[in-house]
Formats: sequence, C-alpha cells, structure tokens
Amino acid sequence: MSIDMKQFHSVFFDESQEHLDEMEHLLLDLNTEDPDAEELNSIFRAAHSIKGGSGIFGFDALGSVTHIMESLLDKVRQGKLAINPSMVDLFLSSVDVLKGILDSYKSGNDIDWLSANKICERLESVTQPKEVEPEIEGFGLFVEPEIDVEDGFGFFGDPLLPSQEDAYGFFDEEIVPVSKPSRKTKKAPAKQNPSEQKNSTGEISNQALAPASESITENTSATISEKEALLKEVASAPVTKTKTTDGTASENSSIRVDVTKVDQLINLVGEIVITQSMLNLIGKSIDGALGEKFQSVAAELERNTREIQEAVMSIRMLPVSFVFNRFPRVVRDLSTKLGKSIDLIIEGGDTELDKGLTEKLVDPLTHLVRNSIDHGIESNELRADRNKNPTGKVILKAAQQGGSIVISISDDGGGLNREKILAKAREKNIPIGDSPSDSEVWQLIFAPGFSTAAQITDVSGRGVGLDVVKRNVQSLGGRIDIESQEGLGATFTIRLPLTLAIVDGMCVSVGNQTFIIPLVNIVESMQPLKKDIKTLVGDDQLLLVRDQYWPILPLYKAMQLEPQFTEPHQGIAVLIEANKHRFALFVDGLVGQQQVVIKSLEQHYKRVQGVAGATIMGDGSVALILDVESLAVSAAPNSLQQAS
Amino acid sequence: MSKHILIVDDSTSVRQMVEATLKSASYTVTAAKDGLEAFNLCKTASFDFVLTDQNMPNMDGLTLIKSLRGLGNYAKTPIVVLTTEASDSMKAQGRAAGATGWMVKPFDPAKLLEVAKKVLG
Repeated sequence: MSIDMKQFHSVFFDESQEHLDEMEHLLLDLNTEDPDAEELNSIFRAAHSIKGGSGIFGFDALGSVTHIMESLLDKVRQGKLAINPSMVDLFLSSVDVLKGILDSYKSGNDIDWLSANKICERLESVTQPKEVEPEIEGFGLFVEPEIDVEDGFGFFGDPLLPSQEDAYGFFDEEIVPVSKPSRKTKKAPAKQNPSEQKNSTGEISNQALAPASESITENTSATISEKEALLKEVASAPVTKTKTTDGTASENSSIRVDVTKVDQLINLVGEIVITQSMLNLIGKSIDGALGEKFQSVAAELERNTREIQEAVMSIRMLPVSFVFNRFPRVVRDLSTKLGKSIDLIIEGGDTELDKGLTEKLVDPLTHLVRNSIDHGIESNELRADRNKNPTGKVILKAAQQGGSIVISISDDGGGLNREKILAKAREKNIPIGDSPSDSEVWQLIFAPGFSTAAQITDVSGRGVGLDVVKRNVQSLGGRIDIESQEGLGATFTIRLPLTLAIVDGMCVSVGNQTFIIPLVNIVESMQPLKKDIKTLVGDDQLLLVRDQYWPILPLYKAMQLEPQFTEPHQGIAVLIEANKHRFALFVDGLVGQQQVVIKSLEQHYKRVQGVAGATIMGDGSVALILDVESLAVSAAPNSLQQAS
Repeated sequence: MSKHILIVDDSTSVRQMVEATLKSASYTVTAAKDGLEAFNLCKTASFDFVLTDQNMPNMDGLTLIKSLRGLGNYAKTPIVVLTTEASDSMKAQGRAAGATGWMVKPFDPAKLLEVAKKVLG
C-alpha cells in the first residue's frame, strides 16, 4: 500500500480537538438529574469518533482511553449506568488527559502513558465498581491497529431479500467463517421468524467473533442482557437520532484550510488594494474621454477590490464562542475549588473575530474571569448577609460596535473598593492626583505594583497580574476599561480592532513624508490658536483645549525630519489618547482618512521605536504607521503626563 | 468505467483516508458525512458499493442501510457497514438491516481495498 497515512494526521488532530472540546462542552451542560438522550449520544459519538480514527491512524494512547470512555458512555446512554456528577468529573479529567495526549502526538513528544493508564484505571473502576474481572485487565487497552483480515470483515447473505440470492452467492462462496450460517438463513423460507434469526446470529457470533475477541475484549465480555439492550437501543435509534446538532450541520459546508494560505491570500489582496489605489492616482492624471473611461473602470475595480478584501478577511473570522466555550469549564473548576456557586452567562458568542485575535484573547480573558470569581464574587455567606442571591453571576459578553469588538466580563460581586485601592497605591508609591475620579482609581489596579498581590485579595480584590492582562490587550491594539459599583459588581470591558491586518488610519504629513495614525487613538484634530499654546521651561509646549492642557509632541522632532512648519499654530494638532498617555501630536497637515494594509517592519527590517508598522500608499511610497504609545515614551518622556 | 463507491463517515480524517485509499485503486469515490446526506445522494445518483460507518449523527449506518434497501435501485447494491464492534448482536442488526457485510474499525488501507475488491469483483 502506498498510502501515506501521515497526510491525514493534521486533519485528525483538528477533528479530535473539536470532538474533545465538544465533549467538554456537552459534559458541562449535562443535567445529571435528567440527562438528555441526544446529548449523551453526542458525547458517546465524540469519544467513538476519536477512538475510530486513532485506531486507524495508529494513535494507540488516544485509542485506549477513548475506548474505555466509549464503553462507559455506551452504558450510560443505554441507561444501564446512571450518570452522576462525579462521573462527569471523571469524564472531564479524561478529556484533559486526552487533550494532553493529543498535544503530545501533535508535537511529537513522548506520550504520558502514566496518566493515560491512570485515567483508564479510574474509568474501569466505574465500569466495574465491585468485582474487577480478571479478563477486564486487558480490556483491549491498546487497540491493535491491525486485525487479521478474516476477522476484520465479513459478508452476510441477505435474509430479508431471498430473491437476491444469486447476487450474493459469489460473496457467500468467498467468505469462510460467516457464509455458512448465512446460507442457512437464506434457505429458510420464513424470513420474519424471530427464532430462526436468533439462531443464525448465534452461530455467526460463535464462529466469527472468537478470533476478533483479542482486539475487542469488551464486546465479547458483554452479557446477553447488554446485547438485548443494545438491540432495543438501535431499534429506537431512528427516532432519537434525527435531531440535528449545530456543530455537525455546519461541517457539511465548510472546508479546512491552512491558516498560512489564508494569510497569504490576505497579503496578496493587500497588494491589490495598493495597486488599485496606484491605478486610481494614474487615472486622475489622464485627461479627456479616455481619462473618464479609465476612471469609471478604476471605480469599478475599486468596488470589486473592496469586496474581495472583505470576503478574504472574513475567512479568518471565527465566532468568539471558540474562546468563550472554554469558560464553563474554568468557572466550574474554580467555583468548586473556592466553594462558591456561580452561574456563567455567555452572550454574543456568534460575534466574529479575527482568528489571530481569538487565540491571543484566551489568556487575558481567563485571567479576568478568574479574577471575577476569586476576588469579585463574595462568599456565599457574605452574599446572604448582603441580601444577594447566594449564587453569583458572571456574564461574558461579546458584541460588534462599529469597527471594533467589545468583550465584557461582568460580575455581581462586591465591586472594587476605592479607599482600599488608594491606600494600596500610596503604600506602593504609585503617583495619584488629589481627587482622582473613580475610573482613574480603577486604572490603578493595572499598575505593575499591584500584581504581587496576595495581600490585595483580602482587601477588595482585584489585581493579580492585571498589568499583564492590560499589556496583552494593548498588544492586540485594544484597550480595557473598568466600571464598578461598590456592592453591586464590576465590569471589565475590552475593546479590540476587528482584525490585525488592516487599520483605519489618518494620514498626516510632515515635510515630504506621510505618516499614519490609527484612528482609534485620535480624539480630534484642530488648528491650534496661538493664544492657547503655552511654553514651559525647556521649550516644552502645552496646548489648552477646553480647560485641559495637552503636552505638544512635534512629530518632526520625534522623526528627525525637516518640517514645513515649526510653530504649532501654523500646522495641525492631532489630539491623541493612548492607554498611558494623552498628548497633542503636532504635524504639518492632514492628508486624509484611509484604510491601510499593515506590513510588519520587524519582519523585513527591525523594530523601530514609535512605529507600529508600514504600509504602501497609492503612489507607491512607503508610509510609517505610528505606534502612539511608544512614540510618546521615546520622544518626550519629561513633558508627557500620565493620562490617568 | 471505474466503479463508483459511496463512503459514509462522520469523521473527516477517516473519510479522507478511505477516499484516498480507494482512489489510489482507481475507484471513483463520493463521500458523505452522515447517513442522511448519503441517503439523499443515493436518491439522485447510483453507486456500485456503499461503505458506511455505523455511529453518525442525523442518521446512523443501519438506518441508512434499511432506507437504501427500501429504494428500488439499491436492493442489490453491496453495502458494508463499518463498526468498531463485531459482536453478534451488531451482526444480527446488520443482517436484519440488509447489509452485505461488515468491517471492523480500525482497519488498514490494504484491508479496505480487499473488501472493495471482493464486493465489486
């Protein structure tokens, strides 16, 4: 055989991962009091599919664990074994072990047979709670990938359609073990006679099953009553299995594509966008009828390009539920550990987000959810004292708002405690104003000083490594805000751009260069009046806008360029709000608003302070995209005040 | 003209493997991801051999076989059911549903081709 099985491995890995996620999801949702038959079936099928595939592709460790799970789940779905919370726990641990094994196979690392065997033992102990039969030890643990041909398949004659006897005769001659009883059956005229049927099946089993039993021990050890139950189950199968599940229905119309291929496509479309704007520019310089023709064609191309771009970008989009779906588990584990009872509510799971973003969102979100449960939600007793529902509530919500995605984590816990955070900040020598607003106070918990925080836990609470959360969100081009009301709870809101590949920007000019400022950072742009510009010692300047002073940062100085104007009142001040800083960026003029395709500078050159990346403009020139945060730090650290 | 085989399995990787294996032996292959899809395919196209998994969402293998046997032009078509268990009860059900034969999962490509060769002649 010249089929290279390796080519199917990555699909199998993806598939198994999905099955495991689905299993986890279903297990968490399962009502152990009154389990839904279709849910049990789905869990069983997930285990079954992994087992089948791992057998075929030779992933024995996966096969061995799922095999035992499958048998156990089969008993559960047949109602022979009642499911209880501790079994759900056991299944969940099994899923964890399987995920570990899957990762090992994926990365080519050694399999953790110890934990695999351990979980097998635990699963077996449920199957056989009292008497561990000696033959169960083998339990087909590591399913033999190869089975002797004679045992691996067989053909029946068709007892229901005796007229087809000739058509199947050929196979009957060929197959040794099964064919004898089947021929017998065909001769039997009373095809509906149940006892006749039973007889023939009995014979088949005795002859054909014996050799196969080595690999599938559990089946042979099945009792008669189990078989009858199985018969009943399958008889009722058509009724219970007609319900569609969302996951499988969508698989039909989708294909799997390597992410790098999509990235390549996005990159190429980016090039087309650039070429298209070049064409546009050329078109404007052509006069007369030809020019008009050219421009209408260019406009057509522009529309098509934009549509292609949107379509290609949407390939990378995934529903945020890919991230959210792990949280029922996180909440379950943590609430059990902390002895709190918590309801998790997920909203807007179908909101779509760039795949690159979803992956990077997992850590910060996990951190925030843990924070809400650990520090936000009070203990059951305290909640009772405060006349609250003893069951706490955590709400995970996603929604699209204009060009960004907003994800929020809310809880109905105690909220942040202003006084205690301020006390903590003073203790840590974090500078604070005289009468800071609530939102300024809340931002303090993102300060690195708050992260060493066993102490803050008993204070009000938030603050274990939140600086890292903030940094992660910022690295995605997003920002994070807090709202909190004492005694009522807190909400962390993360705003993210829709995608990492394209940014809405404002093109500004300095000298003969063009720069792009991400639109999200711009508050407003204005031509400042001379009287509103105050000069401080050391040439630093401030701009007064509506009773607030904004430090002025001349871009030409930061970029060491020869500008058109050196006096702020001659040029344009772009008011910028970054996460840590607020300042007025002084430029020569505004060129216009534009969507730009981000090209990495690090990849082709090196990291440059103050620059987030580059893009190619319509005229073919390269423009730098400003990273306002680091620009502020690098350019004028003295004159820039903390935004908070 | 090469023989046209319909394979039915809810696992993409298994489907791909089976498809590639059968195609390597110059069979024409169509794949369906569950019994219902397979059944709908069979209503409009004709296949020389149907190889179906048992455990699938929407419609399982045995139900598919029963349904196909109910269609006039599938009365004689060889149908082999893939199963992870070769127990006698499984076989009884397979036989009752009208399957031509059974094949135990996991299997290797060589065995798959052997089965195909046997039923297709």
